[in-house]
Amino acid sequence: MSRVGVLALQGDFEAHQRALADLGVEAVQVRTARELDSLDALVIPGGESTTMLKLLESENLLEPLRSFGLERPIFGTCAGAILLARQVENPAQPSLGLIDISVVRNAYGRQVDSRVARIRLEGELARRSGRQEIEAVFIRAPIIRRTGDGVRVLASYQGDPVLIEQGRHLVATFHPELSPDRLIHRYFLEKVEACES
Amino acid sequence: MYLDDAFRVKVGLAEMLKGGVIMDVTNAEQAVIAEKAGAAAVMALERVPADIRKEGGVARMAPIRKIREIMEAVSIPVMAKARIGHFMEARILEALKVDYIDESEVLTPADEEHHIDKRAFTVPFVCGARNLGEALRRIAEGAAMIRTKGEAGSGNVVEAVRHMRTIMREIKQLTVLGKEELVAESKKMGAPLELVEWVAEHGKLPVPNFSAGGIATPADAALVMQLGAEAVFVGSGIFKSEDPEARARAIVKAVTYYNDPQKLLEASEELGMGMPGIDVATLEESQLLQTRGW
Repeated sequence: MSRVGVLALQGDFEAHQRALADLGVEAVQVRTARELDSLDALVIPGGESTTMLKLLESENLLEPLRSFGLERPIFGTCAGAILLARQVENPAQPSLGLIDISVVRNAYGRQVDSRVARIRLEGELARRSGRQEIEAVFIRAPIIRRTGDGVRVLASYQGDPVLIEQGRHLVATFHPELSPDRLIHRYFLEKVEACES
Repeated sequence: MYLDDAFRVKVGLAEMLKGGVIMDVTNAEQAVIAEKAGAAAVMALERVPADIRKEGGVARMAPIRKIREIMEAVSIPVMAKARIGHFMEARILEALKVDYIDESEVLTPADEEHHIDKRAFTVPFVCGARNLGEALRRIAEGAAMIRTKGEAGSGNVVEAVRHMRTIMREIKQLTVLGKEELVAESKKMGAPLELVEWVAEHGKLPVPNFSAGGIATPADAALVMQLGAEAVFVGSGIFKSEDPEARARAIVKAVTYYNDPQKLLEASEELGMGMPGIDVATLEESQLLQTRGW
């Protein structure tokens, strides 16, 4: 059984814990570098990326998190995607740079532009699940404007990639943790197991 | 439960604010200080509750120019307050595209019988509550987030504690009642049976439950989190203190590490005096903000 942590500085970390619990994984909350040591994988939840970034900086967690990601899988949703990206715009802010994408924050607009939408599955996820579409909850979501060579698109919405993977990492600009469908969390756990074996 | 997509999107933003601090600000400069300190959102208003209390008069929705200036200054969500029952202030705030509306007892009520029909809006609403019945009435009207009322502008956490303890106790009590008892309880609370049954089954509110009204220190913030708050609103507590920037940072840290006394000590270490407070027991009934709303 994989040991999975959820970064619990701020945001909807409990929703991720519930999603993982549905799949039989008791994920632990992570607030310090020491708590990372015993983990096989980490989820960075949705929330306010600026808030998480301030705490990562003031609590000296940026470097430990970056080293963690160089060896072990991370799944980031929304704010998590922003923190994992190589480049962040609107406005520019520092990030972990573990995934070769550029993201624009709040790119759909403000809260009145948040929405529940259907997104189209592609590539490995479409093949493995045999499904074409799933629900996606977008809350003040970012848009991925550029993907690097090693990035594979797993789902898109309105022509933009919204679920991508690069190597061991997985990134969603929406919130799979807020939908009852566990397809994407299951896909991440499969990636984690593949990394371990 | 109204778990349609529109309501899920409203609750979704409240989910994103969990474990965070929402700070009252009255101009762009304060908003930037709040964002830099790690606020998860800011509440744009004309005067902080402590000043409204002192100056009196009718407290209304903040001037639009002011709210817009704050929205342009920061990238985090911006909330604004509308008077209880004033659905046209709310419509204007929605057209302005604020991210959340607080139908707030801190402003002078515009309607002494009716709250806003919040289901009719695309923008989500947060409302104050002192007990479970009040919380469920607001949710029935469409509120996607509940906060305790506490006693705004008092710098005294006692009312926020009372309201959070009351709501959590009333939730626990519902979980052990039988079906027929829930019907009686629903009538007693003045809350829809459907919501009373939902709470009894799940042991929590159907929307996030935040704390507000009198939080002035990192210790206050950690206290209400321990009692079950999922995030914290700080009104006058930051910009009425002598060290707003340090205090804002310290309260953000305290909400994340509310279970870690060593981190709370670090957060409190550098702080000077908090805002001057008021003993709520000395206030006349007419001076209380928490009794506004029905």
